[in-house]
Parts: sequence; structure tokens; C-alpha cells
Amino acid sequence: MFKAVTPVGFLFGKSWYPISEPPQLGILPLILGSLLVTLGATVISVPIGAACAIYIAEIAPLKTKEILKAGIELLAAIPSVVLGFIGMVTLVPWVKNIFHVPTGLTALSGSIILAFMAMPTIVSIAEDALYSVPKSYKEGALALGATHWQSIYRVILPAASSGILAAVMLGIGRVIGETMAVMMITGNAAVIPQSFLQPVRTLTATIAAEMGEAVVGSEHYFALFAIGIVLFVLSFIINVTADLFLHKRNAK
Amino acid sequence: MKKPYITQKIAFSLLFLATLLLIIPVGLIVVIIVEKGISAITWQFLADIPRQGMRAGGIFPAIVGTVYLVSGAIIFALPIGLLAAIYLSEYARDNLLSRMIRLAIVNLAGVPSVVYGLFGLALFVIYFRFGTSILSGSLTLGIMILPIIITTSREALESVPYSFREVSRSLGASKWQTIRYTVLPNALPGILTGTILGLGRAAGETAPILFTVAAFYLPQLPKSILDQAMALPYHLYVISTQVPNVDEKIRYGTALVLLTIVLCMNLVAIIIRYRFRKKKSW
Repeated sequence: MFKAVTPVGFLFGKSWYPISEPPQLGILPLILGSLLVTLGATVISVPIGAACAIYIAEIAPLKTKEILKAGIELLAAIPSVVLGFIGMVTLVPWVKNIFHVPTGLTALSGSIILAFMAMPTIVSIAEDALYSVPKSYKEGALALGATHWQSIYRVILPAASSGILAAVMLGIGRVIGETMAVMMITGNAAVIPQSFLQPVRTLTATIAAEMGEAVVGSEHYFALFAIGIVLFVLSFIINVTADLFLHKRNAK
Repeated sequence: MKKPYITQKIAFSLLFLATLLLIIPVGLIVVIIVEKGISAITWQFLADIPRQGMRAGGIFPAIVGTVYLVSGAIIFALPIGLLAAIYLSEYARDNLLSRMIRLAIVNLAGVPSVVYGLFGLALFVIYFRFGTSILSGSLTLGIMILPIIITTSREALESVPYSFREVSRSLGASKWQTIRYTVLPNALPGILTGTILGLGRAAGETAPILFTVAAFYLPQLPKSILDQAMALPYHLYVISTQVPNVDEKIRYGTALVLLTIVLCMNLVAIIIRYRFRKKKSW
């Protein structure tokens, strides 16, 4: 496929018109679409996810803890296509009415739904990290007269920070790779996004939407596989980084 | 009240609010789907083929397709995953190779599902010439859930105390006999849990089957494993985005059936784990 476009032109080309003649295969709008949605989902999911993990690990009474954990497992189990469907019928009209935009299929709606897909990952791994901080750290802080919150904020959180970072990385990995839900609610417009209230198209959605129509062996077909490689490399980097963070914790 | 305690009050309330922000939507999602979908669930809906371009009739072929796909995936993934887990936990030494394998498995678990779809398309559909078929789709899903099965089985095997192995070996059992009669039975619940979780994942995934199995509209049952088939998640995607004017009831009903299948699998896994924990005596 690099006959039609150079690797640099592929990664940074500004237009994606795979079926025009000659095809324009620049995936910059798709990369930016993925990044925008991921950024939005991270901004939403990290504070809520981390707070929820702290609440479950440190504050919640035993019974509440069990219920919350079951709820989060439930969320993790919901198929992405079901979340996408729910997003379509509830969230999308809300976004449309609240922000008075022509369509509710926007990067914002995608970010919100994806945040819900990232949160189970973030909560469960961050909670593990918090839980594995030795009890003696906390006891030491409490014995020195710190309040429960001070001991959490000043002692436990710093001690668990690398595990929490790993949790965030894995959550981001989940968001970047998510396909069906984003395809259903981000509007799928392959243009460079200017704001959160515009339709965008992500790398994953492009593959899923266009592979069915691409002619086997055509440049378009190979370009879609190249997007797959880009995704693979992205997820590889994210996972290795997360693994390093996790190992740093274990090595201590 | 002193200032640190006021700060603590505020902080704890904020944390509680954040937790609510996460839990309430989960509850809402389930409640909405159940409430609006339950009226669509009739015997006819579950056991009939889709009619009038999917605007009426039932979802039976999609349910059957999903069952075939999931069974195929497990037939393929369980033996390989279990053997790999046994090798990694019992036989492999801690050297560069086993660390590479471990890292590879961690990475495979994080690969986007649509990339598995591409892989399945290139390898099974085109290279092996299986075509878009249940076989290709099962293999693709099987590869996707392999990392889950390997990781959970390995954890289950490694959580069997080392002393069990020592006792068995000291009684003259060979290494394989030890694994077969001591380690495996004790790790079985953990392995089962992992397998069922993997199955739930396979049942709900859409992206890997998009180009390997899924038939847009096929109002009959598949006759062989080389046939195309409908599948529940893809069917939900199709009727909610590709076909205009589908009755809302049918969409919610399909979502409810899919959700029920996936959640039941998870529930079974949770129950096995819970009972096992209670019984565990070491």
C-alpha cells in the first residue's frame, strides 16, 4: 500500500477518502479522533475511578464494599454493543438538547460512554494497589495523630501511586481499543475535530465500518490493516508501560 | 470540630459522591433495559426467525449463532489455554523465555478486539480459506479469550500451596501424576471461573465477528460450521444503527437477551468463586 502513500503521509495526511480516485489515505483525522475521545474519557474516568477505588478500599463498610464490587463487575461484564445502544437511546438525545447541537452523536457522548468502560478496569486495579499497601504504613500515620483522610492522602496514596498509574494506563488502553460503542455514538465523520461537540471517527471504528466494503487486496484494504498495526503498536506501548509500573510496585 | 476533621468529612463525602456517580448509572442501565425489554420477551420472540427485514419476528437464529460461536471458541481455547497455563506454572523456569511469554500474554489481553477481527479475517477467512463462517469466527474468538483463560488458570494453579506438591512427590508420584491428581483438582474452580468469564466476553464481543462470521440478515439456522451465521451482539448493532424504523421493543428485547446471557455467565463464575473460597481450607 505504500505505493499509494508514504508512511509519513499515511500517519500525518489530513484527509481520509479511501474510495476516491486516487485514494487519499491520511489517518491524522482518525488518530486525532481517537485521541480526543480517549482524552475526554480519561478526564472523566480517572478522578471518578480513583475516588471510587479509595472509597471501596479504605472507607466503605464491609457489606457496602461487597455490593459496590459486584456492581463494578457487572459494569465490566456489560457487552460494549449494549452500552453503545444505551448511549444511543439515552445519552445522545440529552447531549443534543443540553448543548443545542445539530446532532448528539459527538466526541463528548463517546467519551462519556467510554469512561464507563474504562472505570471498572481503573477501579479494580487501583483498589488492588491501595489494598496491597502494608497496613503498618497506615497504622504508623494514625499513631502519629493523623486523621484517617490525612493517612490516606499523605501515606497510602503516594505508596500506591505506581499501581494507580498502571490502572490508569490499562483503562486508557481499554478506551483506545474500544470499537462498537464508539462506532455507534461518535457520529463517524472522518474530519479533523475542532471541539468535543462534533462528530469524530476513531481508528477502531474506521476498521470496523469499512472493512466490510474494502476490496480484498486493494490499497484501501491494506490501509485498514495498517491502521490495525497502528492500534496494535499503541496498545503494546500502553500495556508495556502499565506492566512496568506494576512491576515497580512488586519490586519494592 | 477541628479543621483536619472537617477536611476529612468533605473529602469522604466527595469520594462517596464519585462512587455514586459510577454505581447509579450502572443500575439505571440495567433497569432501563429490563423495564423496556421485558415486554418484548415472548416465546415467539425467542423462537422465531426475524421477519419483514428484521422489523418483526424473533431472534432465534442470532441466539443459536451465538451459542455455536461460544461453544466453538471454548472447544478451541480451553485445551490450549489450560496446557499453556500448566506449562507456565509447573514446568517453565523463570528465564528470559518465560518472561517473554508472560509479557506477550499480558499484551495479547490488551489488544483491541477489532484487531483480533482483522487477524481472523487475514488468517482464517482468507489465508486458510475458511470463508466468513462459524469456524473462522470461533477460532478468532478463541484466540481473543486465550489470554484470559491462561492468566486465570495460571493464577489458580499457582495458588495451590507448594506443600501439596511436595507431599505428593514424597509419596512417589511423578511430576505429571502430581499435577494430574493433586494440583489440577484443587485448581479446578479457579480454572472454571476464568473459562466462564472468557465465555461471557466471547458472547458479548462484536468487533471480532464483524468480518469473520456475521451475516447481516439470514433468516435460517446455520447448517454446518462453514456457514455464515447471525449473532446476538451483531444483530443488536444492525437493528439499532443499520436498519431504520425497527420497533424499539425489538431493540430493547435483543439487548435484554444479550445482557441476560452475559450476566448469567458472570453470575455463575462469581458463585463458583464464592463457594470455592468458603470451602478453601488452606
